[in-house]
Amino acid sequence: MAVPQTHVALAAAPNEFPSVHIAARRGWLALDLPELWAYRELLYFFIWRDIKVRYKQTAIGAAWAVLQPLMTMAVFSLFFGRLARISSQGLPYPIFYYCALLPWTYFQTATQSATNIVVEQQRVITKIYFPRVVLPISAVLSGLLDFAISFGVFLVMMVYYHIAPTRAVIWLPAFMLLAILTALGVGLWLSALNALYRDVRYVVPFLVQFWMFASPVVYPSSLVSEKWRWLYGLNPMAGVIEGFRWALTGHGQPPGILLAASSAAVVLLVFGGLVYYHAVEGTMADVV
Amino acid sequence: MSDVAIHVESLGKRYRIGGRARYLTMRDRLANVLKSPARWFHSNGAGNSDGGPRHIWALRNVSFDMHEGEVLGLIGRNGAGKTTLLKILSRVTQPTEGSAEIRGRVGSLLEVGTGFHPELTGRENTYLNGAILGMGKKEIERKFDDIVAFAEVADFIDTPLKHYSTGMQMRLAFAVAAHFEPQILLVDEVLAVGDLSFQKKCLAKMGEVAHAGRTIVFVTHQMNQIRRLCEKVIWMDGGTIRQAGPTNEVVGAYESEVLSGGSSQQSRENSPLIKAQFLRWEIVAPSASAPNLIDQQGPVAIRFTLDVKRPMPRAMHGISLYDADRRLVWGNGFRGLALDVGHHDFTHELRELPLKPGAYSWSVTLWDENDLVDTWDAVPELIVGTQPLTHWLDEWSGVLNIPSRLRVEQMQEEKP
Repeated sequence: MAVPQTHVALAAAPNEFPSVHIAARRGWLALDLPELWAYRELLYFFIWRDIKVRYKQTAIGAAWAVLQPLMTMAVFSLFFGRLARISSQGLPYPIFYYCALLPWTYFQTATQSATNIVVEQQRVITKIYFPRVVLPISAVLSGLLDFAISFGVFLVMMVYYHIAPTRAVIWLPAFMLLAILTALGVGLWLSALNALYRDVRYVVPFLVQFWMFASPVVYPSSLVSEKWRWLYGLNPMAGVIEGFRWALTGHGQPPGILLAASSAAVVLLVFGGLVYYHAVEGTMADVV
Repeated sequence: MSDVAIHVESLGKRYRIGGRARYLTMRDRLANVLKSPARWFHSNGAGNSDGGPRHIWALRNVSFDMHEGEVLGLIGRNGAGKTTLLKILSRVTQPTEGSAEIRGRVGSLLEVGTGFHPELTGRENTYLNGAILGMGKKEIERKFDDIVAFAEVADFIDTPLKHYSTGMQMRLAFAVAAHFEPQILLVDEVLAVGDLSFQKKCLAKMGEVAHAGRTIVFVTHQMNQIRRLCEKVIWMDGGTIRQAGPTNEVVGAYESEVLSGGSSQQSRENSPLIKAQFLRWEIVAPSASAPNLIDQQGPVAIRFTLDVKRPMPRAMHGISLYDADRRLVWGNGFRGLALDVGHHDFTHELRELPLKPGAYSWSVTLWDENDLVDTWDAVPELIVGTQPLTHWLDEWSGVLNIPSRLRVEQMQEEKP
């Protein structure tokens, strides 16, 4: 078919956006990975904006990333450690708590920003198309910078307390991935719910607080008897936190059964989150 | 010859009453469940496709095809479904029924400055906004200097946006939008804001884009923008297509209805009580697709039909032409007409009627000596749909659509 010259010139750019079919969406899961890939630059810009804005608006910027877990660690060490004498698996209390607070602080901030991001970005959502799932993904990923900074502090602490990493440390990325996926799974659910019901944003702080006590942040998971371990592991953060302690210090047992249960729970959580998010996604611009 | 770029087939979109379904608090939801659990269950079920009293169709049964390189205008009153259609085509929202097929990279400008953040600098916002619109990082880098120059904010490009004046923010937003060049562009009324001199720049840029062979769907209330940029127009009314076709025809029909407040009455009812009455009017020459449309330059003949019931030996006839703002554009009067009983044609011949495109209305009168017999604000309106030949900006184009040429000659300087 003969195509006029101008059109050839226009089509010269690699056609990343081929024919688009628009119709009422059917089906219950369509995580369109090729499309997500096509929008990777937008994802990058959303993360970049999140980080820029966060550090520009605050007076001490990146120091917040360090202060929050450090202060919490100090308080926990004093009250739960020195005073309540909770077992720390033979680790110094600051290390014991900071190990847990690293993934926990990340999870907490990532979940909260993912919950709010759909509502915060409603102007963009009502004006421009992009795969909506980019939003919670960007919220969850932009928390990683804070995590990296507070992780740097942890390295200093390890030197101070003369704790050398063992071979177990190679598992750390796996536990981090588990933490990211947990935050994403919860974020998918809560951000979609928040778009529909604004109550959600008030519920989240409570939820996170209860969740912390349901996770081995202030106590070791060995407090839970072996028989109920698998059930306890259904809280994915239990697997993540125990995993962090083990991978970073080499103390304690590799979280076998706990990790298996946590991984299974995360898969369900993320899968369910994608399905639910997808169901809300179609009308998100109309209801948010 | 050219390929279909957009194919729309019986597209429909249903909203809850109130336009947007407002977000609910859980309390509302729970209260609804308690009040009528059955209905709640039903309304959340899959069926329920026939709408019912709680829903409204913002768009229904809309079908059309657009070829590559066409520029299509969408017109209609507020709430006619233009923006809904644009939102569906840009995939911001999903249709309830029907489908659309779009071939090519789509970009939509439903708003300028989407995603601008006050804490970020002009440079950062340019990148962010560009990315949100759909430009790649490299593309933005390549166009960055042009964008900054276009926006005239070079000195402030590394200043946070919150320190910009509203005008500067607007200019930057427009500049990014104006440099956005997808194969298929969907534009909603974005040129309607901003200061006038900058608007001119944007319009010129849009014109460039429109003539570069891109496919564009364009929503606006400014009919002259439509006339200038679009070849085809779709007139939306109540969520459906009222009329589609060549720009002059559709815009003319639309303007005529807007001016006459919706009445499409072509002639008057004949009343037996008065001495004489104008019945109808039409354009005799040049002939166009509608009897009230002038779409070419040159001589014009207009015919009014008058029914005379009693003879009037010394009648007088007046005619005047008003523009849409009810300003008198032209008028004339004729004395000493001898009229017998019966129908008469009054044909006015004008050597030309060089009016800028738009809707106008005739007013005609008939006097028996000094007594007013009939006065008629003629319907339908006269629609002038000629090619605009004057200034490209509405506010400078004036009333008369008269072509002119400019000759520039450098004067010989006298040697001292």
